[in-house]
Amino acid sequence: MVLVMAIGDLHIPHRAMELPAKFKSMLVPGKIQHIICTGNLCIKEVHDYLKSLCPNLHVTRGVYDEDARYPETETLTIEQFKLGLCHGHKVVPWGDLDSLAMVQRQLDVDILVSGHTHRFMAYKHETGMVINPGSATGSYCGMTYDVNPSIVLMDIDGLRVVVYVYELIDGEVKVEKIDFKKTSATT
Amino acid sequence: MISDGVEDEEKWLTAGIAGLQQNAFYMHRALDSNNIKDALKYSAQMLSELRTSRLSPHKYYELYMRAFDELRKLEIFFKEESNRSCSIIELYELVQHAGNILPRLYLLCTVGSVYIRSKEAPAKDILKDLVEMCRGIQHPLRGLFLRSYLSQVSRDKLPDIGSEYEGDENTVMDAVEFVLQNFTEMNKLWVRMQHQGPAREKEKREKERNELRDLVGKNLHVLSQIEGIDLELYRDVVLPRVLEQVVNCKDDLAQYYLMDCIIQVFPDEYHLQTLETLLGACPQLQPSVDIKTVLSGLMERLSNYAASSTEVLPEFVQVEAFAKLNNAIGQVIEAQADMPVFGAVALYSSLLTFTLHVHPDRLDYVDQILGACVSKIAGKGKLEAKATKQIVALLSAPLEKYNDIDTALKLSNYPLVMEYLDDRTNKVMSNVIIQSIMKNKTHISTADKVGALFELIKGLIKDLDANNDDEMDEDDFKEEQNSVARLIQMLYNNDPEEMLKLVRRVQSQDDNVTEEETASATPKKIFQILNQTIETLSTVPVPDLALRLYLECAEDSKAQVTALYLIIGTLQRMHTFGVENRDTLTHKATGYSAKLLKKPDQCRAVYACSHLFWVEDQDGVKDVLLCLKRALRIANAAQQMANVAKGSSGSVMLFIEILNKYLYFFEKGNTQITVASIQGLIELVTTEMQSDTSTSDPAADAFLASTIRYIQSQKDKGGATGEKFEAIKV
Repeated sequence: MVLVMAIGDLHIPHRAMELPAKFKSMLVPGKIQHIICTGNLCIKEVHDYLKSLCPNLHVTRGVYDEDARYPETETLTIEQFKLGLCHGHKVVPWGDLDSLAMVQRQLDVDILVSGHTHRFMAYKHETGMVINPGSATGSYCGMTYDVNPSIVLMDIDGLRVVVYVYELIDGEVKVEKIDFKKTSATT
Repeated sequence: MISDGVEDEEKWLTAGIAGLQQNAFYMHRALDSNNIKDALKYSAQMLSELRTSRLSPHKYYELYMRAFDELRKLEIFFKEESNRSCSIIELYELVQHAGNILPRLYLLCTVGSVYIRSKEAPAKDILKDLVEMCRGIQHPLRGLFLRSYLSQVSRDKLPDIGSEYEGDENTVMDAVEFVLQNFTEMNKLWVRMQHQGPAREKEKREKERNELRDLVGKNLHVLSQIEGIDLELYRDVVLPRVLEQVVNCKDDLAQYYLMDCIIQVFPDEYHLQTLETLLGACPQLQPSVDIKTVLSGLMERLSNYAASSTEVLPEFVQVEAFAKLNNAIGQVIEAQADMPVFGAVALYSSLLTFTLHVHPDRLDYVDQILGACVSKIAGKGKLEAKATKQIVALLSAPLEKYNDIDTALKLSNYPLVMEYLDDRTNKVMSNVIIQSIMKNKTHISTADKVGALFELIKGLIKDLDANNDDEMDEDDFKEEQNSVARLIQMLYNNDPEEMLKLVRRVQSQDDNVTEEETASATPKKIFQILNQTIETLSTVPVPDLALRLYLECAEDSKAQVTALYLIIGTLQRMHTFGVENRDTLTHKATGYSAKLLKKPDQCRAVYACSHLFWVEDQDGVKDVLLCLKRALRIANAAQQMANVAKGSSGSVMLFIEILNKYLYFFEKGNTQITVASIQGLIELVTTEMQSDTSTSDPAADAFLASTIRYIQSQKDKGGATGEKFEAIKV
């Protein structure tokens, strides 16, 4: 059982000052095995904070990230799943599932995690999932109204993954979960 | 030599204790057989040990305590009337036959205590007698302990209101007189110690004096416990008399200790009502007395008093506490011309804390204090670290109290004080201000306030000192700039007009920035943020301008690519333009895409633009296909270049990507994209991949494989989709 947190689009300090207190108190170092970040942190402070929660930090480059060294895309294998990560601002139309599916094929992954729209989304299809963890700080985005802060936690166990999404709505943290099972092992 | 002295002292103390205990033994034996005369004889001998001059105060105290214990037992014995074979008056006479004066006086005090208790004579007479007879001992150390003993045994026998010793003849005044006299004499003895002995032992003497100070202070404590002393009595008799002694003794050790004692021991309400008298004594003290600590102590007590209950606040106003304190501080600073800057600032700091507690609404008071500070620190040149620390504390206090930068911005002298800080401290203070704003999440809502605020934190925004050679650690610098960036979050007003003014104000700030490599980081950052802000403001955007703005910002090719995708992505979602405008923009975007630096970037951007030509449910012309074909051409060119450069064809990745786009539009029902065209593309790709000259690319292989799987799965769906895809052969 491996815990992976998907988080992104924090836009600190340009559009938000810090992670919401309720999320911060949830995130304790040592509990999560991997953190995958869609991008737009934007400063080193945020990187360091995430790194302190978990040393296995993967970040892809967003529009406003200060660190130019983050890659455009990243893939990693956890248990029986191949995960792909990209920010998503280059996938036009933004948030379009079919275009995202193309990227999923290109990276050859079961689960694609991307961001940019600041809207949480988790879509299942036969061969995998496309997940958008939304914006962890609920920061402004031109294309989404009423952004609620959200982060995603995935519990990967063999062929099965349970996706938990935590959304901060009106000051309260609401949780939802989605189950997905792969039909066959990774080749 | 010194260690010898200590060893000797130990010897003498041991000898003294031994002598004392031996005599005490005989004394008790005499008491057991009711032999008063012998008992008194041995007790006098026992007390003779206290006549020694050889012990330091610390050791003398040990000896004294043992004598004290024995005298307690003696007193208890005499209390029982049946034990005495004589009357108390006779006993009182009897003890005066002791040979040496010191034992005589100790015994007198002891018997005197019993005498008072017997009520056979008025308490006041006996007390007066005792306190005057103690004058017989003028040796400081011995006198102090003797009088201390007197104070202890008389403590519960003072004719206080409600005490059993009160009567027509005995009043509170008598009690007060007694204690005041004892206090005065003890202080005199204490001060005299300063002048005993050679000059080189001054430090040692002062240390010894400090050990004894509580003996003197105890009297004040006793006074504070006398219930019969009301405000009137305190104000008219007690305080003036005590202050008289304090001022007249002209000894800085005593003055400092006793002033502090008075402040700590008597109630705060009394202090408020006697503020003028108390403060009036300050300038009369020796110049070497650390009066600022005393005053700070007083202000702190009064601050706490004010904080304890809101009911007492009117009192402060009534006695004009602020004015009096302010005056007193001014006088002290004037009188002590060589007081260091940090001392003066510390004083004002205490006054500020006081004001914030007592008169939180009087901004004018706060401003006044800041103004006084400015005149004090002006012209002093570079300030030392202690002073700057104090100033930071001074400036931070209003921020913490008001929790609202608005209020602090109203203090006209606030920026003036900041002017005098050196660069480093200015930055520290600026950070404090920013932290305060962020903590309280206060919004800065008008352009004027923004201006005032930026003026305060200008240390962070521009290089104040052009000649500053300080190399700043880059990380620290980034942190600083980031906190300024966060600050911008707080500039907010609901009214868009006001918001625009705010934004313009911030922008104009940038124009004033001095040109310097590192300084340019900030305006760029601020501009970046503003760009994002402008996104929200644009209800009727000027599209060309927006395009240009974004591309102007991007000075390197990577940034240009990002900018272009933002434009394409945004354009794709926008439907506010008329058809003609949209067309223009779409073509412009495609044009820019084709002009990017690197061929793969060009290719990808162009096929991204294909989405601009496509409008859902409208078969929309051949433009989509044309766009994709343009992308194909670029991909081809890229291949050629790779051929020329490396001698082998490059990756077919781009082609596979374009293929997927074909499939995307095919699925959506674009009739321009035919099965044939898709088939053709598939063949092209497979051929390329199988050719000898191609470099193997596992990623491309995987992509093609997953694409084919996708086509297959679409076929397997059956229905309309299945039919559509059926034609494609893989």
